[in-house]
Amino acid sequence: MKKHVDARGLSCPQPILLTKRAIDEVKSGTIEVLVDSSTAAENVERTAHKAGWTASRQDDKSGSFTVVLNK
Amino acid sequence: MSNISKLLTSKWGPVVTGIIIGILAPVLVRLGNPANMGVCVVCFNRDIAGALGLHQAAVVQYLRPEIIGFVGGSLAASLAFREFRPRTGSAPFVRFILGVFAVFGALVFLGCPWRAYLRLSGGDWNAVAGILGLTAGIALGVLFLRKGYSLGRNRSTPSAAGWLMPSVMLVLLVLLIAAPLFGRDAQGNPVGPIFFSAAGPGSQRAPILISLAVGVLVGFIAQRSRFCTVGAIRETLLTRDTHLLRGVIALIAAALVTNLILGQFSPGFTGQPVAHASHIWNFLGMALAGLAFTLAGGCPGRQLILSGEGDGDSAVFITGMIVGAGFAHLFSIAASPAGPGPYSAAAVITGLAVCTVIGLTMRESAA
Repeated sequence: MKKHVDARGLSCPQPILLTKRAIDEVKSGTIEVLVDSSTAAENVERTAHKAGWTASRQDDKSGSFTVVLNK
Repeated sequence: MSNISKLLTSKWGPVVTGIIIGILAPVLVRLGNPANMGVCVVCFNRDIAGALGLHQAAVVQYLRPEIIGFVGGSLAASLAFREFRPRTGSAPFVRFILGVFAVFGALVFLGCPWRAYLRLSGGDWNAVAGILGLTAGIALGVLFLRKGYSLGRNRSTPSAAGWLMPSVMLVLLVLLIAAPLFGRDAQGNPVGPIFFSAAGPGSQRAPILISLAVGVLVGFIAQRSRFCTVGAIRETLLTRDTHLLRGVIALIAAALVTNLILGQFSPGFTGQPVAHASHIWNFLGMALAGLAFTLAGGCPGRQLILSGEGDGDSAVFITGMIVGAGFAHLFSIAASPAGPGPYSAAAVITGLAVCTVIGLTMRESAA
């Protein structure tokens, strides 16, 4: 089961908070976090790495990014 | 170039940015800017408010090129790296009010977070109370964030909206260079429309081109590294992520060394430049500023950078700061080296109350 988080359009540090909340909730598996700035994408990746998850970023062309987290 | 770019976007980016600001700010003081005020986003916006005639405090009126440069540098970086992204619509009037109260609080302390750190590195120990207050205000903001505080989402907007703040800055640059004057009153004082201090901090200026160049450089690298002096403390409290905090520590260390080399380090509590020693109001003023900055999503420098990337909500926050700076002086809210102003206390207490209500009530509405 993939978990989806939509953090588009939110100010700092809300993408981090939403990511952290999702990580704490599912403990392991796959989480897809949708963001619309490189800053938010970097922050989501950093949050994931800190929690021991892997993170990879996909550019969605439309100006948003999907950060896929796995553990 | 690509190596420098990679370094700036790495976890060491904020450290590099902090070192560069820490060196250049004291150099700007050496070249003419007010002491311990090589760069101060709040003070400089206040000077801009005065230059535009939004307040009549004759000693703090100047169109600071550093501010214009920050936005220009961020615009250039975001265009070059395809991060220029016009957006707006996240509770703009709430952000305006947060900008007003942030500047009230910061002008009771006499400095933005950048200047708080620069004051510390110049030996102004009064900054300690301000930095402790800033931390307390950010901690309160973090508490609200944990409880679900949000100003809601922004949306993409047509490009023209994103170009507005950079355009406003260009107009300020033209006004700075042209310095239009309608005439003089019977006493020979200029009647505007643009006012430049003849004495006081507003008259202390590094050469325009150097100030502008430093502003552009800092704006460019801060856009790349996401340098944020409020995020530094916020992220440390929220996630124990210290990569931004290391940038602030680097800024303080680099500015301390530069001040020592330039003979600008003068430790003590009394007689510090553009500062007062009322610890309680230094603390509470910055607590208000820290809370307002946290609720708005970043420090004032960061807001300028975001506005250069096309963020219309940050542009509204900055407008709130400039208008608020006008009122801070018109209503005797701003402190002076003599101490807090007659209405500093009332404004700070009102601001803390208003920001607390905003922090407790603003939630993302269920779409």
